[in-house]
Amino acid sequence: MLRIYCPYCESVRDEDEFHCVGEAHIKRPERPDDLNDQEWGEYLHFRTNPRGEHREIWHHAVGCRQHFNVVRDTETYEIRHVYRIGEEPPHEAVLDE
Amino acid sequence: MTQHYSFLQLIRQAFKHHEGWKPAWNSVEPRDEYDIVVVGGGGHGLATAYYLAKNHGLTNVAVLEKGWIGGGNTGRNTTIVRSNYLRDEAAHLYEFALELWEGLSADLNFNVMFSQRGVLNLGHSLQDMRDIERRVNANRLNGIDGEVLSPAEIQKIVPILDCSPNNRYPVLGASWQPRGGIARHDAVAWGYARAADRLGVDIVEHAAVVDIPLNRNTGAVDGVVIEHAGERKFIRARKVACVTAGNSGVVAALAGLKLPIESRPLQAFVSEPLKPCLDTVVMSNAVHGYLSQSDKGDLVIGAGTDGYNGYGQRGSFEIIEETARAICELFPVFSRVRMNRQWGGIVDICPDACPIIGRMSVPGLYFNCGWGTGGFKATPGSGFVFAHTVAEDHPHPLAAPFSVERFHTGAVIDEHGAAGVAH
Ligand SMILES: Cc1cc2nc3c(=O)[nH]c(=O)nc-3n(C[C@H](O)[C@H](O)[C@H](O)COP(=O)(O)OP(=O)(O)OC[C@H]3O[C@@H](n4cnc5c(N)ncnc54)[C@H](O)[C@@H]3O)c2cc1C
Ligand SMILES: [Zn+2]
Repeated sequence: MLRIYCPYCESVRDEDEFHCVGEAHIKRPERPDDLNDQEWGEYLHFRTNPRGEHREIWHHAVGCRQHFNVVRDTETYEIRHVYRIGEEPPHEAVLDE
Repeated sequence: MTQHYSFLQLIRQAFKHHEGWKPAWNSVEPRDEYDIVVVGGGGHGLATAYYLAKNHGLTNVAVLEKGWIGGGNTGRNTTIVRSNYLRDEAAHLYEFALELWEGLSADLNFNVMFSQRGVLNLGHSLQDMRDIERRVNANRLNGIDGEVLSPAEIQKIVPILDCSPNNRYPVLGASWQPRGGIARHDAVAWGYARAADRLGVDIVEHAAVVDIPLNRNTGAVDGVVIEHAGERKFIRARKVACVTAGNSGVVAALAGLKLPIESRPLQAFVSEPLKPCLDTVVMSNAVHGYLSQSDKGDLVIGAGTDGYNGYGQRGSFEIIEETARAICELFPVFSRVRMNRQWGGIVDICPDACPIIGRMSVPGLYFNCGWGTGGFKATPGSGFVFAHTVAEDHPHPLAAPFSVERFHTGAVIDEHGAAGVAH
């Protein structure tokens, strides 16, 4: 069972209060009409799926119902950072892509 | 050369106190060069190697496995086999696999204990029942056996299932595929390994592929770099066929590619052994659990995936609770059964819950992955069509719709909401 810190409730809660929405920091293309099929397909379907550090959005579904960002290791399940939507990840967590 | 298994052989060995049996296959040291290397020694990889040798005469082939044969999802799954998928493309592929299952033990000369005990997919709401009727009709149009059963008919097949109308999620009906069932997962890995070995394929265990170097001039694959016995070694190969399930994203990245796959733990557990009480497979999407009873007597219980990506081969505690709830809802009689073991496997989930089979943009590189929570049932068919695709450098007709390009063209095969349950 993961124990997750909600930056809005400012407390640590059990995993089953939350819902993982998926990878974070995916930007909707500003001009979707200008994309070709290749680019649109990548935007819709291709996620990073790393074995290691992963940035994801979590939803405090049965708590305050706010969304926030988490940096989590998919191998050790360690939660490295939690930060609010709109904030940038702490510097050391920025993955080079 | 391995022995042919037969009744006569059994008698002969009995007189030698069963001390004359030879290993079913040999794990060998890799050579420097092969025509084809198969990365991943799960059921699908081993089946690919077997059909490359058997159907295409290609025996200069190695299977490279980072752990031991069948130690991945092949040896971790709940072994349900069925072919009642909604979409034509999926139904044809899984039905082709089911037909191969029906002759597999004889073909491999290895008892894979395929038991066609039937599979029930329960419906608990009006919408469930509409979906079930639609799926069974689609199956029958595709020549796949299927029936819609009433609660009374279900009760006759599974007397211990709670079909009373007062349940929180009452059983309103089910789809029934009599030709579905279960098989012995380890035997599938061992049977294919042995059969491939007998045809001359090299099986190399404890050889992790750590790099897939590309040719600087042509951009095609040159081979693979493995870590084996504490050393790194380059193996030249014309073709590299990756069948690495939950690690496919990591392996694709070695060649600079990205796949539309996310990796998640899926877990299962088995109970203490019980007297025979369940002689079919029961699955429920709505309460989310499924189970069967193995020949040893233990209940084999499956659940949903964790709600987030992960590579830890365990599975979250929350899912254990959820699954136990589902099983007790369906079978109150099991509420005090104790669980013996629990484990997880990393499943490779595609956005449309269908596999990726075919060539990649890098020449000489092929992937067969994305089987997610439900690929065990496809093992023979998957190996068959992938071997064809790799040998001919052209997709087998049954594999053609499953190329990775569908995520760019939009021709996805949406089985997510359509299949009875995911496994
Ligand atoms: C708990 C659970 C229950 C399931 N239940 C069912 C079910 O009831 N019915 C059903 O049809 N399906 C089920 N599945 C899904 C099914 O198990 C898989 O789809 C199927 O077994 C995949 O087979 P595979 O050979 O592709 O993968 P695996 O058996 O996982 O083989 C992949 C192999 O690749 C190896 N590998 C990975 N990376 C490397 C590398 N870099 N170098 C060398 N080797 C590497 C791994 O060690 C592994 O052995 C279930 C899965 C799980 C986890
Ligand atoms: Zn909160």
